[in-house]
Amino acid sequence: MDELIKYAPDLLLSFLKNVQIAAVCAVLSLILGTILVSMRVSPTPVLRAAGTVYVNVVRNTPLTLILAFSALGLSDTLGLSFSQTPSTNGFWLVVLGLSAYTATFVCEALRSGINTVPLGQAEAARALGFTFVQSLRMIILPQAFRVVVAPLGSVMIAMMKNTTVAIAAGYLAESAFTMKDIFDDTGVSIPIFLGLIVAFMAVTLPIGFFTGWLAKRLAVT
Amino acid sequence: MTQANILFDTPGPRARLRNNALTLVTVVVLAAIAYFVIAEFGAEGQWDGRIWEPFLQSSTWVNFIIPGLLGTLTAAGLAAVFAVVFGAVFGIARLSDHKWIRVPAGAVVEIFRAVPLLLLIFFIFYASPWVFGGGDYTLMAVVAGLTLYNGSVLAEVVRAGIRAVPRGQSEAAYALGLRKTNVMRLVLLPQAVTAMMPAIVSQLVVLLKDTALGYIIAYVDLLNMGFKIIPAVHFGSLIPAAIVIGVIYVGLNMALSGVAVWLERRSRRSRRTSAKPVMASMSMSTGV
Repeated sequence: MDELIKYAPDLLLSFLKNVQIAAVCAVLSLILGTILVSMRVSPTPVLRAAGTVYVNVVRNTPLTLILAFSALGLSDTLGLSFSQTPSTNGFWLVVLGLSAYTATFVCEALRSGINTVPLGQAEAARALGFTFVQSLRMIILPQAFRVVVAPLGSVMIAMMKNTTVAIAAGYLAESAFTMKDIFDDTGVSIPIFLGLIVAFMAVTLPIGFFTGWLAKRLAVT
Repeated sequence: MTQANILFDTPGPRARLRNNALTLVTVVVLAAIAYFVIAEFGAEGQWDGRIWEPFLQSSTWVNFIIPGLLGTLTAAGLAAVFAVVFGAVFGIARLSDHKWIRVPAGAVVEIFRAVPLLLLIFFIFYASPWVFGGGDYTLMAVVAGLTLYNGSVLAEVVRAGIRAVPRGQSEAAYALGLRKTNVMRLVLLPQAVTAMMPAIVSQLVVLLKDTALGYIIAYVDLLNMGFKIIPAVHFGSLIPAAIVIGVIYVGLNMALSGVAVWLERRSRRSRRTSAKPVMASMSMSTGV
């Protein structure tokens, strides 16, 4: 228990980095995922193909590979840089990789949501003379989002847990590395491990409950 | 196509023009991205024959890539077997009539599903020498972490699969005088397995991808070979190595996903079960 109290400030600070990464990635992956799903159902075959290829390739690549590649490949070898400060640069590299990865799951969730919107809705929109973009924006996507609130919640929970993989991108300010660092110094500590798990649950469980509640409230009956 | 077709009419002359214009814009944008990547590679000397050459030599494959792939497949294979067993035991335990079995099993499943997998692997990796003494625990940590996490997800799949068998089936079996164990063994499980196969295989794709986490604790898998060992031996070959192993990972996972889709179609037509297939998306965990 003593180790947990001793290292609590470090752990808390590094855990807040995980929360920060997750918050930025949530916004970016939802936007990118919506763009991807619009591409995948669009009338233009080339756009559809580009969306499909992106989703299938990125979704089937291990996140560890994506994050290691964004640090070692994109940043070190090809010279992509967001900031002169290494920790800020690392933060944005993680955000880039994790958002690109999570967006594919957002896209797949939304696509299954679009499949549940009744045919009549799209037909009615077309009968009213809506263009593709109008019907997607005003008729289809709002209903699709309502159906997939709960699955999107699961995607966000998984994303929050995946922020620990940031270590693969050489970003060392977050909690998985802090835990490893403490273990290296003082040996394995069960209270520290349990403390971090509780911290993660304190974020993921409310997301689960909130999206579950929202899904019920928004359910199209 | 059917899904896409309901969203827009068969294009008329104006829509065709617009579509063609959009196609042109897309092609131009994609070409610009491709040009940018190629130019950037050129500027950083990534088209140098020297750094690509190792991948044309059999020694690179024999010494690095194939052993790495075997490392990945060993971890994935072991973890898959253990996770399926773990999932079956805990999935059935959660449906037990006895509260003292049901509640602890439920707690284990819920906790291991909520733990970030990397933290679990780190913990096992650092705790093992302390419990078992010195040695190389990288493989064990990866396999144990993957088993506990994916096993817990599979436990939920198993539970959903058994529950998807219509009640009439177990009622009929009880009416025939079968005991609890036999109802499960002879009636529920055989039908549930068919229904949950696609979801299990989808989860195995997640498991296969997650083996890459071993890279972080220096387990010698495909990712480690590609990102640490090959670039160390053939200096500067990081990007070619990343592309080669990326293709291998994507190929493996897509093949396994293809099996899941095929199984789902087959189970939808199957007459061997009265249960609807457990949707892969329902148990979909994004994984790493």
